[in-house]
Amino acid sequence: MTVLLEMKGIGKSFPGVRALDQVNLTVEAGEIHAICGENGAGKSTLMKVLSGVYPHGSYEGEIVYEGAVLANRSLSDSEEKGIIIIHQELALVPLLSIAENLFLGNEVAKGGVINWPETFQKTESLLKKVGLSESPSTKVEKLGVGKQQLIEIAKALAKDVRLLILDEPTAALQENDSQKLLDLMLELKAQGVTQIIISHKLNEISRVADRITVIRDGTTVSTINRDEISEDRIIRDMVGRDMANRYPERVPNPGEVLMEVSDWNVWHPEQQNRQMIRDARFTVRKGEIVGIAGLMGAGRTELAMSLFGKSYGRNISGTVKMGGKLVDTSTVTRAVAAGLSYVTEDRKVLGLILEEPIVRNVTLANLPGVARRGVLDKRRETQVSEQYRKAMAIRTPGVQQKVVNLSGGNQQKVVLSKWLFTDPQVLILDEPTRGIDVGAKFEIYTIMNDLAAQGRGIVMISSEMPELLGMCDRIYVMNEGRLVGELTREEASQERIMALIIRDNGQKTEGRKAGEGEAA
Amino acid sequence: MSEEKGLGAHLGGHLRENGMLVALITIVVLFSLILSFQAQPVNFVNSLNITNLFLQNGHVIILALGMLLIIVAGHIDLSVGSVAAFTGAVAAYLTVKVGLPFYVVIPLTLIVGGVIGALQGYWVAFWRIPSFIVTLAGMMVFRGATMWLLGGQNIGPFPKAFQALSNGFIPDLTGIGRPHGLTLIVIAIAIGLQFWLGFRSRARDAEFGIAAEPPALFWGRNVIIAAATAFVGWQLAGFRGLPNVMVVLAVLTALYAFFTENTVTGRRIYALGGNEKAAKLSGIRTDRLVFLCFVNMGVLAALAGMIVTARLNSATPKAGTGFELDAIASVFIGGASMTGGSGKIIGVVIGALIMGVMNMGMSMLSIGIDYQQVIKGLVLLAAVIFDVYNKNK
Repeated sequence: MTVLLEMKGIGKSFPGVRALDQVNLTVEAGEIHAICGENGAGKSTLMKVLSGVYPHGSYEGEIVYEGAVLANRSLSDSEEKGIIIIHQELALVPLLSIAENLFLGNEVAKGGVINWPETFQKTESLLKKVGLSESPSTKVEKLGVGKQQLIEIAKALAKDVRLLILDEPTAALQENDSQKLLDLMLELKAQGVTQIIISHKLNEISRVADRITVIRDGTTVSTINRDEISEDRIIRDMVGRDMANRYPERVPNPGEVLMEVSDWNVWHPEQQNRQMIRDARFTVRKGEIVGIAGLMGAGRTELAMSLFGKSYGRNISGTVKMGGKLVDTSTVTRAVAAGLSYVTEDRKVLGLILEEPIVRNVTLANLPGVARRGVLDKRRETQVSEQYRKAMAIRTPGVQQKVVNLSGGNQQKVVLSKWLFTDPQVLILDEPTRGIDVGAKFEIYTIMNDLAAQGRGIVMISSEMPELLGMCDRIYVMNEGRLVGELTREEASQERIMALIIRDNGQKTEGRKAGEGEAA
Repeated sequence: MSEEKGLGAHLGGHLRENGMLVALITIVVLFSLILSFQAQPVNFVNSLNITNLFLQNGHVIILALGMLLIIVAGHIDLSVGSVAAFTGAVAAYLTVKVGLPFYVVIPLTLIVGGVIGALQGYWVAFWRIPSFIVTLAGMMVFRGATMWLLGGQNIGPFPKAFQALSNGFIPDLTGIGRPHGLTLIVIAIAIGLQFWLGFRSRARDAEFGIAAEPPALFWGRNVIIAAATAFVGWQLAGFRGLPNVMVVLAVLTALYAFFTENTVTGRRIYALGGNEKAAKLSGIRTDRLVFLCFVNMGVLAALAGMIVTARLNSATPKAGTGFELDAIASVFIGGASMTGGSGKIIGVVIGALIMGVMNMGMSMLSIGIDYQQVIKGLVLLAAVIFDVYNKNK
């Protein structure tokens, strides 16, 4: 086998973060190479270095491609050399036809005039290659996500691809669509297209990959050959890092059950037959910090938002009890009245009004609390905001400062203040430390501990497993819309959480195979 | 030295609010100078012109108040001109053809305006159809409805009582005659109120730890405003007193300024325009608020329609053409953001006055309507470019 691509000693820094350090990756011509790693391990950054999103010179190390040093200045440079990346978020124009999308930016044209007959002919042969029988004039929006994914691959083929990179291609797909996609990958391999797949679904990887490179904390840990692939090995390599003492001390003192969710079912808001949450049931005790672990797309945010005033999903069913009594959480106002608060994972888009001052953001969810008969008492409003500014140590010249000017950690404290002013019994914190530097993380953890000590219940959703292990009294593990396990503080470890997720995926695949067997 | 620096920094932070006022005063002074140095000198700021400024632009200010709420909420209303025409026609029909007295016609017409606003707001708020489309349709529909109701003809004239809505002046209850006693009293109270509110908010700023305005700026601005108010009041008192329209405008402006700055509902409209998703996740019923903004716009359009109809003393099929653009221009000259979430009532009123003063000044200079349009367009563009430039700086 000849080596197609060799990345040597790749390093990449962002302000304050070392995203990649000494990454080595060798891809042989004609193989399918998988890259595994936790959320945030640096997989996507590495692919951006390779594809020229980060141009040559903005990273350290060397890339050798087809025997020559690769010095991409942009994405189009690398595409010219046959390196094509398909991102998680599809880059198709929904209102244009399949043919128009396939040749977008690469039109079959002479002097700016498109040759439609040839475009359609080529489209048909490309569609055949990826196993689609749609008409080239079909609009892309009419296709499901699975077929759109195939269109993306066809688009890559239209550009004479030599190295195809798929970034979590099956994350948004249902089981049978995923299988089709994997079949296609094997077929392309037979035709000689080298591929890199980024995924953390072990069953998929073991099905298609020839070799696996595991990345952890921005460095390559190991490259495993096909015959050495084992669950334990990959899990160990993915999570095996030591935990420093980065979490404030706390004596857990859980009281009686505060919140109890039973038989919670939620369907996707647009896709008819896609169930996002399946029979979820969990409890939160007084003074307890409960974690929800899971990979991206497991349905954690969907679960939280559907509970909080039906802010996500369709056909929601199930019950919520607070302090033993059934409560109505069907609108945000009712959920807040029932004592529930939800701090979103995306504070800039969903949590804050960036162009308004701190004081107006803090009182937003409870304006009646600083008003009398609908008229605001600005004196009280300022006093309240000042109190939270001091209690949370929000670093700012004053509460009249616009929140857009604050750092991520201080913005998060403003969002927390907003919800604490509604005096919630249970707070759901969705990725509370995302995009926050280490020092501010510690402060947020301390605030969380204080809130638990006050007797509030806290649900913490996080993709950073060490954080969950360091903070939570109990951890629920979520996978594909179901809570697949519950671990106490003593039982929980990164390996056990990963194992629960990966075994759940494995079981599903086996179940499917057994089903096929019966049908046959 | 340090004080100068503070002044500069403060001006930078509040450039827009003070800049608007400076622009208005500059334009007035400019026209006064040009007109007084003509071959046949004319006094620009005389009592008749001041009265006419408010009579001729009252409807724009009223529409702009409602339009600000719509734009702050992140929408637009193109139908207000047609709705004003239609409601004016309804008022004319009820008064002249049916013979109802004004105290029945006015509330009835306001209700009609509210219903029209509700009809449009329903589609925008609950069906999430873009307001541009809904109100563009409304613009055509109510223009047609006006023609249909009037049968292609003018309806008028009106009884004195209805005309007084726009052409009347407040009665002189003091019996002084000339100068108009009540006008002087009202103006004196207004100036007193201005200083009282000014000191109160200054005290509050200090208490809340908001960087206080430098004293020079505070006094400078308040003295200029007080002097301008006193001058306008004296001129009006020497003529026929305060026009009714001005009283309506003053009351509405104060009411809407209070509503936008000091009420829960007002605050929520700004939150909705600033970040609709965040507002929704904070328990704010955003759809209902948008609906309310449109109902309010309909009521104000009806008020503007009646005032215009009363001033012209007849309802015409062509009335209200272009009102929506004047109102929208006033809001943007007044400093509202195109994406919603910001803008002040006082800015909007000054914006409308700038447009009105320019119209009047250019007409007196016998500048053709062609150039007038070009100049007004450039002023609007310059005001918005100024905003964007300041934001990006």
